[in-house]
Parts: sequence; C-alpha cells; structure tokens
Amino acid sequence: MAASCWPASGFYREKKRNCSARTAIFDGGMMKNKEGEVANRPDNTAFTQQRLPAWQPMLSAGIVIPGFLVIGLVFIGIGVALFLGSQSIQVLESDYTGLNSNTPCYECSDASKKNCTCSIEFTLTKQFDGPVFLYYGLSNFFQNHRKYGVSRDYYQLSGDTAYFKNPSDSCSPYIYDSGVPIVPCGAAANSMFNDSFRLYQLVGGTKKPVPLDGKGISWWTDYNIVFRNPPLVNGSLAAAFNGTAKPVNWAKPAYELDTSDPSNNGFMNEDFLVWMRRAALPDFRKLYRRITQGDYAAGLPVGNYSLEISYNYPVIGFGGRKKIVLSNVSWMGGKNMFLGVAYLVIGSLCIVMSLVMLIVYAKYKFPEGDS
Amino acid sequence: MFPATNRHKSDKKVNNRKVKVLINGELRSEKWMDVQVGDIIKLENNQFVTADLLLLSSSEPLNLVYIETAELDGETNLKVKQALTVTGDMGDSIKDLAAFNGEVCCEPPNNRLDRFTGTLTFTGQKYALDNERILLRGCTIRNTDWCFGLVIFGGQETKLMQNCGKTIFKRTSIDHLMNVLVLCIFGFLAISCSILAIGNRIWEQQEGSTFTAFLPRQDGVNAPFSAFLTFWSYVIILNTVVPISLYVSVEIIRLGNSYYIDWDRKMYHARSDTPAEARTTTLNEELGQIKYIFSDKTGTLTQNIMVFNKCSINGKCYGDVLDYTGQRLEITEQTDSVDFSFNQLADPKFMFYDQSLVEAVKLENTEVHAFFRLLALCHTVMAEEKNEGDLLYQAQSPDEGALVTAARNFGFVFRSRTPESVSIVEMGVQRCYQLLAILDFNNVRKRMSVIVRSPDGKLTLYCKGADTIIYERLHLSCSKLMEVTTEHLNEFAGDGLRTLALAYKNLDEEYFREWKERHHEASTSLEDREEKLDLLYEEIEKDLMLLGATAIEDKLQDGVAHTIEQLAKADIKIWVLTGDKQETAENIGYSCNMLREEMNDIFIVAANTPEGVREKLRHARSTMKPDSAEDELLCKMLQGDSPKVVPDESVTGEYGFVINGQSLAYALEPTMELEFLRTACMCKTVICCRVTPLQKAQVVELVKKYKKAVTLAIGDGANDVSMIKAAHIGVGISGQEGMQAVLSSDYSFAQFRFLQRLLLVHGRWSYLRMCNFLRYFFYKNFTFTFMHFWYAFFCGFSAQTVYDEWFITLYNLVYTALPVLGMSLFDQDVSDSWSFEYPQLYVPGQLNLYFSKTAFMKCALHSCYSSLVLFFIPYGAIYDTVKNDGKDIADYQSFALLVQTCLLVAVCIQLGLDMSYWTAVNHVFVWGSLAMYFIVTFTMHSNGMYLTFTSSFPHIGTARNSLSQPNVWLTILLTSILCVLPVLTHRFLLIQLQPTVNDKVRLKVRQMKAAPPPPPRRIRMRRTSSRRSAYAFSHAQGYGDLVTSGRFLHRQVKPRSTGFTPTGRTLNFSPAGRSAGYSPTAQNQNSKGDLEPTALQMYRTKQPSY
Repeated sequence: MAASCWPASGFYREKKRNCSARTAIFDGGMMKNKEGEVANRPDNTAFTQQRLPAWQPMLSAGIVIPGFLVIGLVFIGIGVALFLGSQSIQVLESDYTGLNSNTPCYECSDASKKNCTCSIEFTLTKQFDGPVFLYYGLSNFFQNHRKYGVSRDYYQLSGDTAYFKNPSDSCSPYIYDSGVPIVPCGAAANSMFNDSFRLYQLVGGTKKPVPLDGKGISWWTDYNIVFRNPPLVNGSLAAAFNGTAKPVNWAKPAYELDTSDPSNNGFMNEDFLVWMRRAALPDFRKLYRRITQGDYAAGLPVGNYSLEISYNYPVIGFGGRKKIVLSNVSWMGGKNMFLGVAYLVIGSLCIVMSLVMLIVYAKYKFPEGDS
Repeated sequence: MFPATNRHKSDKKVNNRKVKVLINGELRSEKWMDVQVGDIIKLENNQFVTADLLLLSSSEPLNLVYIETAELDGETNLKVKQALTVTGDMGDSIKDLAAFNGEVCCEPPNNRLDRFTGTLTFTGQKYALDNERILLRGCTIRNTDWCFGLVIFGGQETKLMQNCGKTIFKRTSIDHLMNVLVLCIFGFLAISCSILAIGNRIWEQQEGSTFTAFLPRQDGVNAPFSAFLTFWSYVIILNTVVPISLYVSVEIIRLGNSYYIDWDRKMYHARSDTPAEARTTTLNEELGQIKYIFSDKTGTLTQNIMVFNKCSINGKCYGDVLDYTGQRLEITEQTDSVDFSFNQLADPKFMFYDQSLVEAVKLENTEVHAFFRLLALCHTVMAEEKNEGDLLYQAQSPDEGALVTAARNFGFVFRSRTPESVSIVEMGVQRCYQLLAILDFNNVRKRMSVIVRSPDGKLTLYCKGADTIIYERLHLSCSKLMEVTTEHLNEFAGDGLRTLALAYKNLDEEYFREWKERHHEASTSLEDREEKLDLLYEEIEKDLMLLGATAIEDKLQDGVAHTIEQLAKADIKIWVLTGDKQETAENIGYSCNMLREEMNDIFIVAANTPEGVREKLRHARSTMKPDSAEDELLCKMLQGDSPKVVPDESVTGEYGFVINGQSLAYALEPTMELEFLRTACMCKTVICCRVTPLQKAQVVELVKKYKKAVTLAIGDGANDVSMIKAAHIGVGISGQEGMQAVLSSDYSFAQFRFLQRLLLVHGRWSYLRMCNFLRYFFYKNFTFTFMHFWYAFFCGFSAQTVYDEWFITLYNLVYTALPVLGMSLFDQDVSDSWSFEYPQLYVPGQLNLYFSKTAFMKCALHSCYSSLVLFFIPYGAIYDTVKNDGKDIADYQSFALLVQTCLLVAVCIQLGLDMSYWTAVNHVFVWGSLAMYFIVTFTMHSNGMYLTFTSSFPHIGTARNSLSQPNVWLTILLTSILCVLPVLTHRFLLIQLQPTVNDKVRLKVRQMKAAPPPPPRRIRMRRTSSRRSAYAFSHAQGYGDLVTSGRFLHRQVKPRSTGFTPTGRTLNFSPAGRSAGYSPTAQNQNSKGDLEPTALQMYRTKQPSY
C-alpha cells in the first residue's frame, strides 16, 4: 500500500556515472604509479562519493490522488465484505449473573448458596447454523493484570514434578496451602471458572440433551506442547499429584476435573487450558463447548431450548458479570462489526481526501518551473 | 575518540621536534617540549621559532635577522629584527654564549604582539629591550644562516599561545536542544507515571479491593503503597521515551557523515595531495546551519601570489587574449602562454598570454623598452644568483617581486645591485646604471622613484606609484595618453587588479647636481628631516612623462569569488578578519566581489578615539536605517530576557563595512559592542583589518553572544587559531606551511572553495539527516511507549506491558535500528549538484526549521495519534471476537503480537515516507528488518524454544495461531493506512499550498529527469569600476634605506666586471648570495619537504584530551 504513494516512474539509476566511477578507480591506480603523489586521494566509489544509485520517490499528485482513490475503493470493498461476513454471524447471548430478581439465576447469585442450578430458556425462530460454539463471558475480570498474569508456574504446568514440591515464587500468594504445595499453583489457576452448562432442546415437553463437545476447544500448542501431566505413578494420575494440595478455590483436585473422561484431567483438562490462556482485556469470552455432534452437527434447529447452569462462580463481589453466548463463525472469525465499519469509514475518508486533494491540486498547484 | 587521538598525534609531532640547545658549553639537539626559560637555543634558516626569544646574535651583519610573520599576523613581507650590539658581538662563539651571564627583566606574559618592554642587565650595564630584539614563537627565520636566542617565554606563556584563546569543548546546538528535550521528556515521564500511579490508586480502591478474591494483595501492600510501586514500575516500562540508544545512534551518524567528508574526492586537492579531514566528528549537522563565516584573508582567500597580469604601454593595452573577431577569450589552463625562450634568464614559472607584448619588445619599441627598464630599475628588490642565470628575487612586497619578474621575462633582467648601482641585462646586453637616489615609498607619497645615470650618461628619474598621485605630476603633453591610460586603468580595476602608473623624466645634469646637494643637506639635517626631504622629492617628481600602467593580480585561491557568491546566495554572511592593511583588505574585498562598486555605501571606520568610533558607527547606522532603535532602548529590551539575542535588522540596499584594528578595539568595548554589532550586521559585507588574533576571537565571541546563529571561522595561520577555537566550527586550510590553524580546527581542507561543498553539500545533508533521524527516532519511540500508557487503562494500571518482553528488548536494538541508521547515512533530498545550483536550500538549516522544539512537539503529537490508532484499532478488532475455528484470539499474547506487528509495520511505513533516497542498502535494511521481525517472532514462538527455555518464551504458538487469521492481517493493514493517511494528506497539501524551496527544487529535478544540472557556469566576473588601488599599499616604508645602506649585501665576493666600479664602500655587491631568499616568484623553499606542523601544539598535551 505504501508503495503506491511513490511515483511510478521514480526509478532512476545512475548507471552512466557508476561506470565512470569504476574506470576512474583504475585511472587512479595508474596515476599513483606515475606520479606517486596521489597517495592520499580518497577512493572513487559510489559509496564513498555518496552517489549510490537510488530510488527517489516523491509525493506527486499523479500518485497520491489516484492512490488514495484506489485505497479508498479497496477499503470499501473489504469493509463491505467484512460487514456482510459479520452480519451473517448469529449470536445469542444472555447475562445470567442474576442481579435482578426477575432473572432466572437471581436465587443463585447469593454467594452462600452451594450447588445451585438455574436454567435459561430461549426460543430459536431461525435455524442456528453450525458449527455452533458455546462461550461463557466474564466482564470486569482482570485476567490481564500483571500480577495475575505472572502468577503461574510454567514448569509445574509442563508436568515437571520437581516444581510440584517447590512451586515457583511467582505463584504467590497461592504457593502453599498450610504447608502443602499447591498444584497447579498461582492466582490464575486458583480463579478457574467453574460454572457448568447443559443445553437441552425442548421437544414436546421432554428435554432432549444437545451433545456438547469439550474436545479441541483449546489451542493445539497449549494442549500438545505447553501443558503436560506429570508422569503417572502406578498408572494413576492421582498418585502423581500425591503430596500436593488443590488450589484453595477449587472444589476438586486437578486430577478429578472431569469425572466422565479420565484423559481430560490434570493439566490436560481443556477447560483448564482455555482458562489459563489469559484474556487481553477485562471483558472477555472463552470457549466452553462446541456443538458438532449428533442431530445438531448442522446447527441448532428452530425450537425451544433450555440452558441449565450450575452456578458456582462468584462475580458480583467484584462487580463482574457472567454471560453465556451461543455463536457461529465466518471466515473472519467471530462477530465483530468494528472492523467492517472501520474499513468502510476509512475507505470513504480516503475517497473524500482524494477529492479534496484533487481540488486543491487543480486550484493551487504551485507554479512549476520557477523557484 | 578519533579526533582526540589524531590531535594527540600531531601534538606529539610538534612536541618532539628538535632544536639545538646550548647546554654545558655544547649544542645539543633537544625536543621542543624540553626547552625551558633561560635556555640559549640556536635557530637555523627556515626554522620555526621555538619560543619567544631574546635575539642574542646572528650570522648577518649588524646582527640582523629576517623573519616572516605570516603565521602570526598574516603579513607576508619580511621583517627585520636586530640584536643588541653587546650580545651580537658574541657571534657564534659557543664559549662566549655559554659564559653569557645576563639578567632579563621583562613584562609578564601578555598577548600584545607588537609591544615588548624589558631590560637586560649584562656586565653591570642595563640595556633597554623592545620589540626589535624579540623573536616571537610562530615566526619563521628567513635569509639568516643561524641565530642565537635566549628563551624568555616558553609554552603557554608565549605571545602566540596567549593569543590562542581557550580550547572549549564544542557541542552543537542540536546537542543542546537534545539535552533540553531529554529533560522535558523526563518531566513528561514523571507526569505520565504519576497519572498512572494515581490511576492505580483509584483502581485499587474501586476494583482491586473487591477483586482480591481472585487476586489477593501481598502482605502489607495497601492501595497507596501499591500506587507507589506502580509509579516505579511505570518508570521502568515507559523509560523507552528517553532512549539511551539515541545518543549512541547520533554519534554513529555523525561519525559516518564525517567519514563522507574525509572520503570526498571533490574536496581533495591534488596539487598538495591533501584530502579534506573532519578532525572533529561531533559537529557535522551544525555545518548545515552556518549563518556567519569569519574568514582570514592571506592564505585563505588569497594565494599570496602576485601575478603580473596586464599592462598599458603608451596607450596600448596588453595582456588580453583576443580571438579573430576581437572578442576577449577567457584564459584557461589550455591557453598557450608566451614563449620566453629568447631570454635565457627568463623565469620559467612566469606566465603571460598576450603574444603582442613580446613582439613589441622584440621590435624594440622605445616605450615598451622604457616601460620594462623602469620596472627593472625602480624598486628595492634584492637579487641573488646562486648559479649563473638562476636568479632569485627577494622583494619586500610580493607585488614588487612580480613587477621585477615581469621585466625580467620581457628581457630587462634585473641582475644585481650595489648601494650605488643597479645592473640589468637589457635584451641580452649587460648594462649598469648608477643609482643616484632612491626616493622611497611611504604611505603619504604613495609612490617611489629612483634617479639613475645610464651607462651612456643620461640622467633619468623613474617613478611608479598610485595613478592618482602620478597623474597630478605629469607633464601637460601627456594629457592625451592620460585619457587612454585612464580607460585602461578603469578596465584593470574592473577586473579587480591592482594598478600602478609608471612615469619617467629626463633630468638636467646641472639641476640634479644642485638638487643633490640640497638633498644631502636635508638628509643630514637634524630638524624636520622628513618634511624637508618630502619637499625636495615633491620638487623633483613633477612634469613626469607617462609611460603606462601595470596591473597586478593578487591571486585569489581558485574559485573564491564563486564560492563567496554561492555562500551569499545561501544567506551566509561572510566577515573578513585580517591582520593585513586596510587597503589590501579592501582590494581583496573588491576582487572577491564582496565589496562592489554598486553598493549604496561603504563605511570605513578608522578613528583614534572611542567617541570618533561611536560617531562613525552611529552615522553608518542612521544612514542605513534612520529609524532604527537607539542603543539604550535595545539595551533595556535585552536586559529583561536572559538569552540576549539581537534581532536581525533588515535594511534596504547593500552596504559594506570596513573597520580597522584600532577602531575595533574601541568598538569591542562593552559599551559600544552592541552598536558595532548592529551596524556591522546591517551591512552585507564586513571587513576588519589590522586586527590582532585575539580581536578576531573577540569579534566571533561577540556575534556568538548576541546573535542566535552558528558561526564558522576559517583560516590558515597561527593568527587564526583563536577565532577557530572561538567559533562554533573552526576550519583550517591545510596543505600549506604551518599547521597551527589545522591543528586546532574541526575541519580542514586545502582550498577555500571546498567550503561551499562542506557547507552546501555535507553540512546540509548532515543537518537534514540528523533532523530526519531525530524526528523519526522520537516518533518511533514515543509511539512505542504511548501504547503502554493506553493499555494501562485496561489492565488495572498494573504495569502490564502491552508487548512481549522480547519485543521490547529487540525493538530499538534490532527491528528499527538499521532502517533509521540507513536513512541517516544515505538520505539526500537532492543531489550535490542541485545543492550547488540552488544554494537557497541551505536556508532552512539556518532557521532551524527541521528540528526544533516545535518540530519535536509535532512529532510527539504525531506519535500520540499513531499510538491511539495502533492501540484502539486492534482493541476494537479483537474485542469479543474469536478465531475462525471458534477458539480464543482475544487473549493477551495474541493481542500483544497483533499490536506489536501493527506498530512495527506502521513505523516502517513512516520511515519510508521520511526517506527520499532509497539505495539498495536502505532496501535491505528496511525489508530485512521487517523480515527479521517475522523470523525472530516465529522462532521465539516455536515449540523448540519453549521446550528449551520454558519460562523465557511463554508466547509459544501465538504467531502461528493469530497470524493465520485474515482479520489480524486486515487489522494490520487498517492501522498502517490510518497512520500514514493524515501524514500523507498533510504533506501533500503543504507541498501544494506552501511549497518550500526544497519541494520546488525536487519537483524541478523530477521534471528534468536527470540528476546533473548543467555544469556550473563559471562566469568571468567583469565589473565596471572606477576604483583603483595601487600595489604600493601593500608596501612598507623604509626599505630604500636598507638597500642603500648595503646591509643586505654582506658577502664579500670578487667583483664582477659590471663596467661600473663602486667607490667608497668596502662592501661589494654580490649576485652570488645564498639561495635562501624569500621571494614570491621563487617559492621553492616553501616546498612540501619543509612542511611541518609548527609551534603551537606543544602545549596541547597539557590540556585534557577528552
């Protein structure tokens, strides 16, 4: 893009001079032999004489005005594509913090209640195209706080048992729980999101469970490289965690995170992995499940649905919010109108600018030839 | 570093120079630095004087010593010093000298070159000592085999060193500005950090205290303490606004640009094999900001060579080469010079181009013969003939030498003289003229005459002098010839030549005898001798017959006039500061085209009282600008503000200003300096003559003090050292005798004309590059840093960096270092030949347009805008969004990668916009750095790096995961375009609406589609001028006495058969003198072999070498 600002014909090369420079070097050598007086004469090279061939671009009207126009048009094109792409994405989101008494999860928002469940019911009047992703969203949650970010032990998370006994100091203050080392240590792991969701389609009064796929929701690199379980002891993961304490906020130790799937435990638990990839901004959403199986592989058909929430995670205390999001994606990712609109605005701006420049150029262009 | 070692070397060279010192009754060769006060040292011909000496004895009769003081005061004629008889009698007897037991009492060390008072107590007698007995350091012994001297002042105490001024550590104005800016930046840093700390305090209060469930505070850390810690954390994070690498890069750029000066072939002088040299590598960009140039005259503007150029004989003008249509041709190196082979005694170095004059000589034209006979007879030159036919002339002024040499080549060879005769070879025939009287030159008479009797007995008075003086004394019958000759004189003057009218008169034997008696009477009278003699001279020098006129060129260095014209076009003011006489200086002013006939007025300030000087200055100023503010008013105005700056006052019309040393001394008094400065600055040309070295420095200091301008001093001799040191930039002319000026200079080269290349090309480019560099460097670092600031508002002011640590480390060091260095080493807005074509391109530098506080502020605002774009566009783009496989992309690591990639691309594009000269190196640097970024990023985010250094590279996989996303690339594209869009628009509109000279020239270059403009036309400067000056002005009085007294003629040689036997004298004239004479036409003794750095540097080693 930047190159379009330069004049097309701006490539000027000093070929002739360069050649003469070379012959002159030769001459210099000759003279030295003859007279012996030019010992101090500097070398005649394009570099030392500052005559390196160069491209000398200039902001000329012939380049800038059409350049702006072209950029503008291209941007509008991209903008339209992005906008349409984003428009086509279906998003269904619902705040289930339960602040208001008329919301389904109001009862559960009381921190003293344990094992509270609530459910949100919704109706799809339009087919929700698959693959559909289920996200949970948190707001006002500072995963990007510096101290929060550093509060983890990479070695421990890569399954190095040496760090099971002596977790890194960076995990402070979640290193030891009454003298027993915490695994996984640190504030990041400790604050893991622990609400769980079940989705049902209401078909004629019965709840038909929508299968939620928890596999492959984390980054490939996280799952395969970064996080490793400790080597099993006697074939048992629990034994490998022997002599360690669970994070204080956790209800269950790491090796019991997913009771339904033994391979989804410990540091290989994908929910854990998703959580540990800390968000850049205080409002974020994280992938919870994918709906890719069974009758729902092509998406959620029209109908009534019920989302059952096991409400555990306290957010009201720090002014946070929780939400659940159903969304599909397009070629450019999740729904985000910003980029498309920005492209449209800036594209139009370029075109306006090129017009302004054209007018200025036609009217005021400085008289050429005199200086 | 480099200049320091260079200096050290040359200092050492001077310090280790050998001189013979009398120790314990024998002469020993000692190093200069070991010479002490009280030592007796022996100096030989052509040696530099080691220290200030009391002259004890010399090889010459009457204990005379001839010295050349060009290094000290710029005057080139030989001067004579004489030892006391009582010490002179010791001769070269080592025994006597070793036993010499005198006591010298003298004044304390001071800087007055022309005065010395002291006494010598020797064998109980007291002898007064004055300047006549003192040899000053910096002089050169000439025409003297040996002499002995007693060291009175050594080292720092010598008058030369006292005149040198202090060595100050020079820094450029950009340096000063940079220091101020860095301080401002520190202030800004403190403010930003405070803001963020306050933010943190509020956040901790409102959010942090409730967020403790997930992120507990450390023990003992409450909100205020956390804010305090945050402050320091942000100091660490944001310190990239005060880049340490800035200073390093600036020095590298300066060094590189200094090397370009060393390497420049167009500043290499082949004849002396001297390349230009940047002796200081820290001042380059200031070369692009020079407003005032202070130039020495002798050896800098002029070559100090006089050339007999033209003449008018009996109404016919000789000297021009005409083509067949009668047009005057320009004389170049290709022009055939006249063949003087008919004359065995001709000086082969003499060049003349007009064949007709030789033909006239050969045709035995009476007037032409008389003309050259006069030139051969009427002078005070001494001839030496080492071998038969190998003549060397020692002239008191180079002009005389040139005239006698001209006569020599045209067949009237002055061969030898005795006090009473002059022997010349006239067209191959030896003739001896009896020298009856020399009517010597002085400043009032402005003429000299000789009265001679030719071998055939005719009595003739030959006279040469300033034309106005001669014209008054001409016979009426010459009126016709006068008219024609006047025309020629005007023409000569128009070419900037020094003219001289020649006349003769045949004397009546009877009358002369009677006159001679009266002359004898007058010259022996005790009262009013001068007046009486003047009257007598006046009486006999009348009714003269005009012969013609000569025109002598005080040869300027090559290209001086053109250079001065170019520099004037670049709005640089040139002041000439010279130790030479007013008339000579003025004349050079005219021939360099600095003073012009068409100037409205030329003020000459030469008064003997402070009141007189003030009066003249006032008068000059009120003539130029009647309504200009009074001094007192201005003073009041200045008192308020601490940086006193006298504003430039514009005047209509062009004025010249000439002031002499004595007046300058008054004008530089604190009470008058403002008056002087204001007046001088209104004038187009300022010439200060007869100034001492220290005054030169004072003038420079004055301008430095009251004008916010960059000054440059250029000179070649020891007398220029002080001003070279005082000015912002000192330039020494190298490749000639003596090196004092070069040794204390910042830049040196062989020819004055290289100055225009140094300033208009190297200086301008350096300035441009430095400013481009600074603006870009601040831009890129500010942009980089501001992003952290914006991110603070979203991460709880927790000092979380927005980039990954490796990017922070490598950004300045690897990713952006080379492209900007490439720009600052290779950038050119227009090529050098265009820079010469349009010297106006230099003006922005003088006005500090490219980098100033305003430019810096603009730069900061620009960065602010860019950082907002670069932060918030990615923010918006990833907010609540996911990858196209539904996975996370709004995570911190991806965001960091996105933001830093946007930043890097944007600053690269900005660099591309700033760079106007893309060489292959620049391409490699820019594209290479971008490629390097991606390579390094992918490497650091690779599995291998994580597995090897787990905690150092936690960003594993980020590059793969996010750079595969189309919306990431679209974000990068959007931010880049949005960053450059306003810049492009602004620049384009500015070019269209308010084009600078620069823009116009660049457009023109594009239109021409070819870099080299037509080669600079060397226009022969022809001026119509009625102003004339005579050579005699450069002459000093009293040489006639020396000639007739025979002091010069000290060698006993067997008399030649000259046809004239001198009587009444014991000393015979000898043409076979030593070869060591100094004459402008025989500069061979000044050849390269003798070139050595002189005095001065010996004491440098005592000064700190930084």
